[in-house]
Parts: sequence; structure tokens; C-alpha cells
Amino acid sequence: MPSWLRRHRGLVPYLFLVPGGLWLIAFFVIPLITVASVALQEGSLGTGYRLTFNFGIFPDAIARWDTQLLRSLQFGLIVTVLAMLIGYPMAYTIAFRGGRYKNILLLLVIMPFFTSFIIRTISWKFILADQGFVLGTLKDIGIVEPGFRLIATPVAVIAGITYNFLPFVVLPLYVALERIEPRLIEAANDLYASRFQAFIRVTLPLSISGVFAASLLSFIPAVGDYLNAELLGSRNETMIGNVIQRLYLVNNDYPQASALSLILMLGILVSVFVYRRVLRGQELTV
Amino acid sequence: MAASTAPVRRAPVGKRLGMAILPVYTGFVVLYLFLPILVMAVFGFNDIQGRFNFTWQGFTLEHWANLFNRYPALNQSLLNSLTVAVISTLVATTFGTLIGLALTRYEFRGRGPLNLLIFLPIATPEIVLGASLLAMFVSIGWARDITTITIAHIMFNISFVVVTVRARIAGFDRALEDAAMDLGADEWTTFRKITFPLIFPGILAAALLAFALSIDDFVITQFTAGQTITFPLWVYGASRIGVPPQVNVMGTLIFLIALVGIGLWILLQRRELSAAPTSMER
Repeated sequence: MPSWLRRHRGLVPYLFLVPGGLWLIAFFVIPLITVASVALQEGSLGTGYRLTFNFGIFPDAIARWDTQLLRSLQFGLIVTVLAMLIGYPMAYTIAFRGGRYKNILLLLVIMPFFTSFIIRTISWKFILADQGFVLGTLKDIGIVEPGFRLIATPVAVIAGITYNFLPFVVLPLYVALERIEPRLIEAANDLYASRFQAFIRVTLPLSISGVFAASLLSFIPAVGDYLNAELLGSRNETMIGNVIQRLYLVNNDYPQASALSLILMLGILVSVFVYRRVLRGQELTV
Repeated sequence: MAASTAPVRRAPVGKRLGMAILPVYTGFVVLYLFLPILVMAVFGFNDIQGRFNFTWQGFTLEHWANLFNRYPALNQSLLNSLTVAVISTLVATTFGTLIGLALTRYEFRGRGPLNLLIFLPIATPEIVLGASLLAMFVSIGWARDITTITIAHIMFNISFVVVTVRARIAGFDRALEDAAMDLGADEWTTFRKITFPLIFPGILAAALLAFALSIDDFVITQFTAGQTITFPLWVYGASRIGVPPQVNVMGTLIFLIALVGIGLWILLQRRELSAAPTSMER
């Protein structure tokens, strides 16, 4: 360590922070500020932009894209609940019944990530296709009527998003459940709680931090997702992500797209805050 | 304790069936997780006639044999993805580890805002991250290419590295460092010989995570790429006209490479664990 640093020891942590911190400020904070200022500008790529503090763009954007905003929120909530319902029993099994297979089971949960997100989604498109090997076979046998389809329906989009973010739900739930002392559950059983009661009164409340983390890790990416809606859905499943993507990359309507990005981000931050309050209230009553 | 010392009774059949539900269920979820990957792998062997790889038409190894011969743009895209992933992993792991060290080893002012700065990029939807960067690059007239993709990947990887490394350092016994210093090691030697080897598994895990996130990223890349094509972008473009089986083969190959890598890593850890007592004896 050079001698000048030895004399100013208090500076050491700041030196550690400088490269990463500056990077985040330059490429996360400043872009967010840029988005806010672009939203308040008027003009077009051809004529140039002027900052007009056009705050009216926010209510306009909400009114114009209310269907897609609401649909994203709705899909996000359904996906989160579904992923929780599918993921909780699995995380529970790995944590309490995994034994020596624990690590292998966890590995199996994250292994799908080794295949590209987009390839897996295209794979689903293919599996769910109208005459694909699943529906095609069912139709040939006659279990499903010929007109039935999954692709280009909300079911396919929601199933696709749920699939993509399921591992994000299992991992934090596992971490929270793994930390629970099994003797607490045994104690509940010794005190004549049924297995169900012990779960509701002991296990579930103790895993609430995992539930919180898991629902955020599925809700946030689900609300902003646009690939599943694009590949598995039709025009009737368009989500807010699709709108933002099209406005930015196809229409070049930067102010409108920036306003929607901000609305999406603020909406998510507010829901996260409210959700945390709700869960905390629940913790107090248990 | 009472439960573990009590004599083991054979549970009634109904209860044993009940006990089997969870493992069987977990098996089904694992199957669900792997179904699309299985489909991808199988259709890499499909002997397709024409452009569409939708129905099974016969077995062939042709796509494995001609993996890199048919689509030069696909090869280039894979190369771009690897370049971005390697550079962004190296930079983000370095920057993130430094922040992780500062957060766990030092007292300083501004911890709260810093934690917020780390947490927010994780809590922001990818599309907002990508869109913000695009807005900024357009505003300052910065042409988008492989450099801007790499910049963006470093940005979103830093937070994940910090979180992963911090978890590892938090469970670290400081007495080991004090012992080294008591035995006359200076700070740098202590870091090199004690601290770094102990936190290295955490750094490695963070680097693997960063690499995986980078090579698979689609959303942020789409916004920051300009005309540059990465592997996910190429597959996305191809999906409109029909994905060629070479993509299935590449996907399968990447999956297998990751699998072998993880297998080696587990073996290495096993050997380290079994080697630990002997080195202590010496």
C-alpha cells in the first residue's frame, strides 16, 4: 500500500467504490434522468426535440395505452401467483426432503438457464402449436376438438412467462425454507398442531422473506416482458413492453416511449412498496 | 430431539402415499422445466425438407456436421456474444467484487445510497434499463455497436456480482486475517494469501452468473445493439422466417458445455473437500 494511502485510510473504501459506482451512475442513473427529460420533450427525429415540460404526456400515455398497462399488471399478478403455487411445494421438497440430493435438485432448477431464454420460448411456441405434437396428437385421438388452440391466446403467454421465471421463484423460496429450524415444526406437532396447521402457523410465516423476494423476482420481469407476448401471443395479448419496444425501435417516438418506461418503472416501485407494507403487517399479526 | 431418538415405526400405507406426493410432484416440475430443452435437442437431428423445422421428418447428423458452414452470420453472432460476455464478465466481476469488499470490510458514509444504487438496477425491468440507455445514446449521438452492448452488460452485471460476492464475504471469519497479521503478514500479503483464496469461490460464482446473464441477454441487447447481431438477436430474427436446426444444435452444444463445466467444478470441489484434512495434518 503506498504511503499516502496509509496516511488517509478512510479513503480506501471509496477507492474500491469508484469504478463500479461511477459506471452505475453513468450508465444507469444518467440514462434514467435522460428518459425523464426525453419524456418532457416534444418533436421528432427529423425536426429535432425541444424541452417543453410537457407533463400532459403522462396522463395521455396512460389513457392511450390503458388496456396494455392493465393487461401487463394482470398477467404479472397471475404469473406471480402461478409461479408461487408451482414453485413453493418444489422449494419445500428440496429444503425439507432433499437429503443428499439437495444440490443436484437445485442444479436441475437452474439448468434451464444454460439454454437461451429465446430458444426455450421458441421451443414452447413449437410445443403448443395448433398441429404440433401435443395438440395435433390430442386432436387426432379426438380428446380435443379440431378448432382448439393454445398459441395466440392469453393462456400461452401466461404459461410462457411463468415457465421463464419459475427458477427465480424456487431459489429464494428454497433459501428461506432451508433456514427454518426443523425443531420448530416438530415443536408445533408436539403441541398437537396438525401438519396443515403447523405449515400455516409456523413454516409459511417463517418463509415470508422468501415469498417476498420470490414474488418480486417474478413480478418485475413478468410485467416488463415482451418476448412471450410477441412469440406466443397475438395482437390481443400485447403487453406494455411490446408497446415500449415498438415505440422506441420501430416508430422512433422517443417522448411517448420514455413516458411509458417511466410509468412502468414508477408503477412497479409503488407496487413493491405497497406489497412490502402488506407483508410486514402480516408478519406482525402472526 | 425426542423425534430422532424415538423408535422408527412404519407409517401406514395412506401416509406413505402422502409422503410420496411431494417428490413425485417435484419430478414433474423438473420435467416441465426440461421439456423445451429436450424438444430443442431432438429437433437438432431433424432431417428437414425446406425451411421449416416443425414436424419430425427423419433422423440426420447433417446439422451437427455442417454446424458452422451454413450461416456465417450466425457464427459471427455467436462470436459477438462470446466477446461481449467475456469482457463484461471480467470488468463487472472486478468492479462488483471491489464494491462487495468495501461494503463488508469498511465503515464509511453513504452506505444507504450505495445500497440503493446496487439494488435499483436489479429491481428495474430490463426493458426500462435498455430503453434508458437507448435514450441516452441517442441524445448524445453515440453510435450503437458492440461497445455499447458491452457497456450495458457491464452495467447490469455489476449489481448481481456485488450481491453474490457480498453473501460470500458476510460468512467469512475475520479472525483468520487477524491471525495472519499477528504472525507478521502485512495487509497485502494477508489479502493475497488469506482473504482472496477464501472469497474466491464467491467471485467465481459471481463471474459464472455474470457470464450466463450476458450471453443470454436479449432485451437490453436489442436496445443497445444498433446493427450488431448477437446470438439471441440472430435467433430472434430467424424465428420470423423459421429457425434453422443449426440453432438447435448450437443450443444443445452450449447446454452440454455448461453441463461438463459444472460437472468439473463439482468434482474439483469434492477433491478440495477431501484434500482439506490431509493438508491440515501436515
